[in-house]
Amino acid sequence: MFSTPTKLSGLVNTLRFARNQSTLVLVEHNNEKINPVTLNAITAARALGGEVNCLVAGTSCGDVAKEVSSVEGISKVLVAEDAAFEGFMPEKLTPILMASQNQFKFTHIIAGASAFSRGLLPRVAAQLDVSPISDIIGIKDKDTFVRTIYAGNAIMTLKSMDPVKIVTVRTTAFEPATVGGGSAALEAAPAAAGDTADVSQWVGQELSKSERPDLGSAKVVVSGGRGMKTGDNFSMLYDLADKLGAGVGASRAAVDAGMVPNDMQIGQTGKIIAPELYIAVGISGAIQHLAGMKDSKVIVAVNKDPEAPIFQVSDFGLVADLFKAVPEITEKI
Amino acid sequence: MALKVLVGCKRVIDYAVKIRIKPDKLGVVTEGVKHSMNPFDEIAVEEAMRMKERKLVNEIIVVSCGPAQAMETIRTALAMGADRGIHVEIPLDQMDTFQPLHVSKVLAKLAEKEKVDIVMLGKLAIDDDSNQTAQMTASLLDWPQGVFASKIDKTDAGLEIIREVDGGLETIRTTLPAVLSADLRLNEPRYATLPNIMKAKKKKVDKMTPADLGVDMAPRIQIVSVEDPPVREAGQTVADVDDLVAKLKEKGFSSA
Repeated sequence: MFSTPTKLSGLVNTLRFARNQSTLVLVEHNNEKINPVTLNAITAARALGGEVNCLVAGTSCGDVAKEVSSVEGISKVLVAEDAAFEGFMPEKLTPILMASQNQFKFTHIIAGASAFSRGLLPRVAAQLDVSPISDIIGIKDKDTFVRTIYAGNAIMTLKSMDPVKIVTVRTTAFEPATVGGGSAALEAAPAAAGDTADVSQWVGQELSKSERPDLGSAKVVVSGGRGMKTGDNFSMLYDLADKLGAGVGASRAAVDAGMVPNDMQIGQTGKIIAPELYIAVGISGAIQHLAGMKDSKVIVAVNKDPEAPIFQVSDFGLVADLFKAVPEITEKI
Repeated sequence: MALKVLVGCKRVIDYAVKIRIKPDKLGVVTEGVKHSMNPFDEIAVEEAMRMKERKLVNEIIVVSCGPAQAMETIRTALAMGADRGIHVEIPLDQMDTFQPLHVSKVLAKLAEKEKVDIVMLGKLAIDDDSNQTAQMTASLLDWPQGVFASKIDKTDAGLEIIREVDGGLETIRTTLPAVLSADLRLNEPRYATLPNIMKAKKKKVDKMTPADLGVDMAPRIQIVSVEDPPVREAGQTVADVDDLVAKLKEKGFSSA
């Protein structure tokens, strides 16, 4: 007598659930651990409501899949392990995402915005004939997203009319999900349909190795521009960064001049960050650089040109010769 | 084995212009505002030209999708040395919902029609900041992609591409045909010289519409609003390093 209402309510819940969102989060990783951008994406996925699933594809997925399954709020982790995924080539990963999509019919596919997700998700979107939405900074509802245009000088709210939303998420806009406390089930991802021709091959990478905090997650960032004049001079920024426990970035001018490698570039087409404190040294403050850091909580600028545009966004501006000022700041801070 | 390249370029508001939001809050003011070729597309055209000068490429076709003014951008590319142009006409009132998905369908159709070996695009357009078109075009054609390229070399089997990625640089190889997108440091584009600007006026430009190519232009998004970003409160100048350090300590920042 008492089981009937329970069965009925269970059925109603199933129906309600079938109309809910089901999101797939594409996990970014290096075959050892999760890339932190994925944790911000998981938060965004949870904000949508509905089921959150993850896909881990790589050459050696065990550790990463275990880490992902321990994040709270994940329903299941799909795992695709194959030597063919060396280098995480988008031509090889697209069919795996398509196979999962065809089987599970997700309403949303999400990833943290990065070179990896930007290379891959639009390929998937084209296959699904939907218009991807890049680098969102907010979610209004399951169809409506907020993103910046014109190097962050305008904010657009748009409603997607596509049946599947493919979205990359600006990490500065969403808190990272905590690892631990969850216990999602692991499941083999559906196999890719057919054979992918060998049209591309990963040869290798030259990654900058640094003990310093990663730019995307550092609480403090010290950044150098054209005014630094040479790459050797960046050592005074490294000294200040060491004292502050900070990451070190650069403007496009510094990278173009060969002073520092490209992965340090902060700006519209480099990294977009929002640390607690951003110290811009010898950086004039072009629109494209501001796009990469103007959401920082506190901005300090050191520049000998009082007319430099950077002073229009800085909270504290010091008009001074950086070659004298920076060592002095390092000494006194 | 000289290759044929299709280069895409977009007319955008010039990178140095301070944009203003329209009073209806549904877009950005474009009338009377200085426009230029998207800087990343200049780099794409330049790379195609360098390949032509190295005799890897024998024909460069430049394509732009947009209203009548897109012709300015095509003429600029022709003045840089492209051989002929294609103007895919999009009415001005459809430009706001004309997405990379639509552009990639146009480019894929043209790539097949013109039997090109390389589709060369800029990494992103500085107005919508999408960074999607090259990837989507490659996907539709089922071609490999070499996106965010900072160096492109020809190999026996195809291309070797060095790409700028989050952690540094990545090297890949692809077969041909392929779709590539230019990143900032791929090259420094040439200025069009006056003689070349004059020559460009005589080069052929075909006109067509997406419908001619069988491409459906139906919008996939609805723009709800376009607004100004939050304004930062004005800051202050500090007198000297001591003043700065004191203010930072007040805010809780000091040596780790």
